[in-house]
Amino acid sequence: MTEIFQQLVNGLALGAIYALIALGYTMVYGVLRFINFAHSDLFMLGAYAGYFLAPMLGPVLPLGGVANAVVTLTLAMAICAALGVLIEILAYRPLRQRPRLTVLITAIGVSMLIQNVAQNSRLGFGPEVRRFPNLLPETTWQLAGVAFSSTSIIVFVVTGLLLAILTWTVKRTRLGLAMRAVAFNEQAAALMGVNVNSIISSTFAIGSALAAAGGILYALNFGKIEPLMGMQPGLKAFVAAVLGGIGNLPGACLGGLVLGVIESVVGGQPKFSSYRDAVAFAVLILILLLKPEGLLGKPTREKV
Amino acid sequence: MDRRPQLWLLGAVALAAILSALARPLGFNSYFVSVAVDVAINLVLAVSLNLINGHTGQFSLGHAGFMAVGAYAAAAFTLALGVPTGAAAVVTGPGLFALALVLGGCAAAAAGLAVGLPSLRLKGDYLAIVTLGFGEIIRVILQNTEAVGGASGLKQIPRLTNLAWAWGAAALTVYTVTCLVNSTYGRGFIAVHDDEVAARSLGINPTRYKVTAFVLGAFFAGIAGGLYAHHKQFISPSGFDFNKSIEIVVMVILGGMGRTAGVIGATILLTLLPEVLREVAEYRMILYALLIIGLMLTRPQGLFWLRRTGTGVRQGKPA
Repeated sequence: MTEIFQQLVNGLALGAIYALIALGYTMVYGVLRFINFAHSDLFMLGAYAGYFLAPMLGPVLPLGGVANAVVTLTLAMAICAALGVLIEILAYRPLRQRPRLTVLITAIGVSMLIQNVAQNSRLGFGPEVRRFPNLLPETTWQLAGVAFSSTSIIVFVVTGLLLAILTWTVKRTRLGLAMRAVAFNEQAAALMGVNVNSIISSTFAIGSALAAAGGILYALNFGKIEPLMGMQPGLKAFVAAVLGGIGNLPGACLGGLVLGVIESVVGGQPKFSSYRDAVAFAVLILILLLKPEGLLGKPTREKV
Repeated sequence: MDRRPQLWLLGAVALAAILSALARPLGFNSYFVSVAVDVAINLVLAVSLNLINGHTGQFSLGHAGFMAVGAYAAAAFTLALGVPTGAAAVVTGPGLFALALVLGGCAAAAAGLAVGLPSLRLKGDYLAIVTLGFGEIIRVILQNTEAVGGASGLKQIPRLTNLAWAWGAAALTVYTVTCLVNSTYGRGFIAVHDDEVAARSLGINPTRYKVTAFVLGAFFAGIAGGLYAHHKQFISPSGFDFNKSIEIVVMVILGGMGRTAGVIGATILLTLLPEVLREVAEYRMILYALLIIGLMLTRPQGLFWLRRTGTGVRQGKPA
């Protein structure tokens, strides 16, 4: 029984990270209606930014553990936000009026480019697996036989904070209002004086920053990073976004948590542990068969 | 369009057979023969994917998965039976290999049906992700099936693929896809590509066409897998990953989606390019990626100035 609870705790920590990545997918999908394949690579770049920043900050900023970790996280998020905006302006903006398939293929191209440049030892980081530093001292608490590591608690706290900020931004600010307007009807929003281009850029910035945070938390949780680390979590986060109903922010969080728990519980059974990576895709196919609009999504009508 | 495509097919198969028979007596360089077989296998893959991604306008990212199913089925078949020896081998040998290839094709087609059916309702990016996920599921299953070698794969597969088999299969694929798309029935694929709603209003069942495209495309991918397994003599799940699918997709995009002649040109180009660029092999994938982005930004209709097969649409108009 305790084992199930343990898997539940692990699954929720993993799911929180999926939720962070899924939010980026779902936000971009909301405004531009395409899957940003490069999102999972920004997740990877975020983790690498954390890897390089953490030791650099130590001597410059002797504030101590927590403050340094917060600064590292914030800087990595800012770097990835800038990269996300850059990708949007260079690769996606010129294609705004083209068929969605063209943009999708471009996104795959951008993702391939980042991955392969990162894997190249001369241009990027090289293909080797690196150990991610512990940003904060690691401890583990026992509660009724279930282990809570400090890392998983950090994951929960950071995710919760970011989600609160995001919800506030989308629900309460002018930027959020404009984002919702663009997602609802781009043309009408433009006619009402919304600067669509800058709103789309902000969406990419926020999504990419969340991906970077997800990348650092993932790296903290698993202790290692490599240039292709984004692929599997990225795909699973996309499944999470579809599971919750794509374009729906609470849905992305719910989907991420549900998927994380399913994956941990199924993967925790010794019989199925090697099928762990296939679970998410099985969930995806099931949800598309049974409820294609997702758990919290509304069915869309096709108009002629 | 030529009025006698069957003659072209026969001619191409005969030429492949003659070249193949002459390869040993004339002492062709085995490296060049091997590359020529690679080209033919990629032609089968790209032309069949073009039926799904180009002519029918769907977006599959799981072609390597279908190829894997075909490769494993065909290789397991020949490994289980063994290569016939003795006098009868002249007849039974090619017969058994043909049977193995068709078996691989059918296994892949069954997989194509399994993917096609649930994904009917999906479009564009959803379909891309489902096919991608499906390819991953196949890889994970193969990795965990000890009967086919698990992660270490199948070894010592007899070398049965030669120029005749590979180029014969390539000619057959081009023939089938071209004739199908140019037939009255096949116009439906193009109708589904151009406008699904309009096609439906004209009495075309888009679902049926999509599944047909998937099953047929998967069948040929399975055959290509069988040829690949008996050419390389070794297969492992990691050889059929996402990157392999992308490689085939790039061939189709570069040639121009729905333009068979362009796809053939691009496939030959992209298979020979890495052989020429061996020294800079580490930059190959970067080059691929830049090629995709650049093409999508400047020439989404493909590298060549061609019409889409079976339509009067000129290049230049957005597809």
